[in-house]
Amino acid sequence: MKINLTVNGHAVALDVAPHRTLGDVLRNDLGLTGVREGCSTGDCGACTVLFNGTPIVSCLMLIPDAEGASVVTIEGLTKDGRPDPMQAAFVEKGAVQCGFCIPGMILASKAEDVPEGNLCRCTGYKKIQEAIREERRRTRPQA
Amino acid sequence: MKSVGERVPKLDAADKAAGKARYVQDLRLPGMLEAKVLRSTVPHGRIVSVDVSEAWKVRGVRAILTAKDIPAKAWGYAKDTTALKGDRVRRIGDELAAVAATDIEAAIEACERIKVVIEPLPAVYDIEATLAPGAPVLHESKGSNLVQTHHYEHGDVAAAFAKAAKVVEGTFTLPAQQHAALGPVGAVAEWDANGRLTLHDPTQIPFLVQRDLAEALDISPADLRIVQPAIGGAFGARLDLYPHEAIAALLARKAGAPVRLLFSRDEDFQTDPVRPRTIVKLRTAAAADGTLLARDADILVDCGAYVSWGSMTPVVMVNTFGNFYQCPAAKFRARTVWTNTQPTGAFRGFGNPELLFAVETQMDELARALKLDPIEFRLKNANRPEEVTPAGGRITSCGFKEVLEAVKAKLKRPAAPAEPHLKRGIGVAAVFHVGGGARIYRSDGCGATVKVDDFGKATVIVGATDIGQGMETAMAQIAAEELGIPVSMVRVATQADTDVRPWDVGVHASRTTFIAGNAVRLAAKEAKKQIEDARAALKLPPDAPVDKVVRAEHFRQKGRLISASAFYDPPTSMVDKANHGNVSAAYTWGCHGVEVEVDVETGQAVVKRVVAAHDVGRAINPMLVEGQIEGGVVQGLGYAMFEECVLKDGRMQNGFFLDYRIPGIKDVPDIETVLVETGDPEGPFGAKGIGEAPIVPIGPAIANAIADATGVRMREFPMTPERVWRELRNSR
Ligand code: FES
Ligand code: FES
Repeated sequence: MKINLTVNGHAVALDVAPHRTLGDVLRNDLGLTGVREGCSTGDCGACTVLFNGTPIVSCLMLIPDAEGASVVTIEGLTKDGRPDPMQAAFVEKGAVQCGFCIPGMILASKAEDVPEGNLCRCTGYKKIQEAIREERRRTRPQA
Repeated sequence: MKSVGERVPKLDAADKAAGKARYVQDLRLPGMLEAKVLRSTVPHGRIVSVDVSEAWKVRGVRAILTAKDIPAKAWGYAKDTTALKGDRVRRIGDELAAVAATDIEAAIEACERIKVVIEPLPAVYDIEATLAPGAPVLHESKGSNLVQTHHYEHGDVAAAFAKAAKVVEGTFTLPAQQHAALGPVGAVAEWDANGRLTLHDPTQIPFLVQRDLAEALDISPADLRIVQPAIGGAFGARLDLYPHEAIAALLARKAGAPVRLLFSRDEDFQTDPVRPRTIVKLRTAAAADGTLLARDADILVDCGAYVSWGSMTPVVMVNTFGNFYQCPAAKFRARTVWTNTQPTGAFRGFGNPELLFAVETQMDELARALKLDPIEFRLKNANRPEEVTPAGGRITSCGFKEVLEAVKAKLKRPAAPAEPHLKRGIGVAAVFHVGGGARIYRSDGCGATVKVDDFGKATVIVGATDIGQGMETAMAQIAAEELGIPVSMVRVATQADTDVRPWDVGVHASRTTFIAGNAVRLAAKEAKKQIEDARAALKLPPDAPVDKVVRAEHFRQKGRLISASAFYDPPTSMVDKANHGNVSAAYTWGCHGVEVEVDVETGQAVVKRVVAAHDVGRAINPMLVEGQIEGGVVQGLGYAMFEECVLKDGRMQNGFFLDYRIPGIKDVPDIETVLVETGDPEGPFGAKGIGEAPIVPIGPAIANAIADATGVRMREFPMTPERVWRELRNSR
């Protein structure tokens, strides 16, 4: 079926089978492999994307439900080769180990102070918490 | 120019945060096929027939393999497995057939159409029952389900127990733990026209896979090249060759096209190796003045259906058992067994979390019984620097005293809560672990090459593997420090394959910073000398920059290439038959102090605060060391508090993240890390390995804190509310 959506600011027209998930299409048709697939059952958060500004797990959303939506993946956070402040904070604070959870974690952290739907097996989360606090301090100094 | 000791952000972090890192699931080769494995749903049985004729009718199928199509020779540590099983299945998940097709749906459909007839046999899952007379034997040629017995002894144990003022004993039960690395398991295989195989494999042991996979495929190791993509966590799970790696290669050869085999998450939960179920029976004796007198352990360890590294966990247990604390007498027996369950493998800590749950619980029990402070009791019996242990361990740098004192200073007894059903308590536990390699293979070596180019950039080519811990960054810091250049001028060739990289035994045993770090340091030192020699020969001034010197040398007709290689293999030995010897060139100590709050009505224990003090020798990069400690603490907390494979009739019942709960961000207590820097004489810039130790003491520290809060002794992990509640009820 034909689907129109906006991905990382670009209009995209697709013709894909309706049983496929948004995450699958982003990864495999659009080559946005920063959308990680950790479980495919909605439990790990590795496939998190921003869907009209809200973090969702893209492995559970069927592609027809994405019609007309604006989707941002980790690839869309880097603007003109410059990292988003959240990406920079994760790097500087040592919040990245194997890195598999990190794209989803960063996207969830854009919207949530405590990304509780995102699992990380490596870091113990402490440096992730520090990175989120650091980003908030830098981008919302008044808050 | 200082690099060592700096909080340098990980060199691969920016790519990982940008989503640019490529894991095995991101690899796509032209013409690549997708593979699926048909697995047994029967835990033990005789394979009567596997009929693939219907499967070939699925459109897109390019290759189908059964045991008949592959080399029949068994491989693995106990030579007890093959990539596909032909006569018997021994666990749910055993590989019966494999399909490669143009898309994954076709491969799955083809697997569904394969007709398998299996005649069920009686199965055994329990690690004690499997040794009972009459238990079904998994590998008939081996005679029984006993894989191996490990013994160790020093001192007069019987006499020590006889004269002791206090003896404690208990049985400790530990569950299987899933590695649950977030990055799924998989491999991509491609053959070239010369019959050479390239395997893209997130393995921890590229050079051993080269050897072992060649054996499984019946080809020469010279025809095999291992390329590691970014590794999405491993924690020991990728320390051995497992059937899927061979299956991917065999399918690719048969199909004449590259093949990618990726596990689904439930396949990972159900079939990939786990930390072994373990039962530790332990007695510990002490004199009235708090002198430790003796220990006696009898241990059972599950190997599952096929032997992998799970069977070797007693080797690490024994190392701790014979070396940790000044204990004049010790006796140890561990038996490893086959059962009709998931194979067990290496998992961070490798037997030490299992053993030290028992040892450190009894240290706490003895301290209480003798009315001694648990830290003072440990201090009294602590290892000291420059000590040779009865097990033959040669202790050099030793920060045991310092880590104990750090916890004592920072762990304060909390005020009692106002609510009568809430009890607070504190507990401590310590750890001893290898920190300077571990000679469990004959080699504990690693090679490195450092070359410096005409632009002043240094490239480090090292055998070591990064699994997220930060090998790349630590090596760059070590090379930069030795060469006297900024870290930004160092690259580590992490994409290089086994054709290019020098030998390394693999990433395990907390060895990489120590072993690979020493190799890199030696190579960098030599490269530096080459540069200085060139500077002298060319009569360039001392302040001429490195790039200028190298360029001048490379542009001179009789010039010499600025490139040096080194090999480091630590001054250690394998243990002898009696398990005595010095397997590591350095040892590390740590102590965790924990505050818990227990709801005595529900049994819910919540860890509020952790002080984690570790002797790290020297922190090459304190930020990465803290990351290892925090990550280890939280993984150990999961193991102690809620992670458990629930088995029923040989099947894991909770094979999803929803049911197999690993710690989430809300489970994380306040963690304070303390780095004790003892400056190891053999370590690179004084560093010791720290990857594993932090997962070890957290569990017993929590158990000891629960005992402090409630008076109840927990001797089984995970310490779920139900288990704690039951113990509370029994104690009333
Ligand atoms: S892959 Fe979507 S939540 Fe795990
Ligand atoms: S960094 Fe490895 S899972 Fe989070």
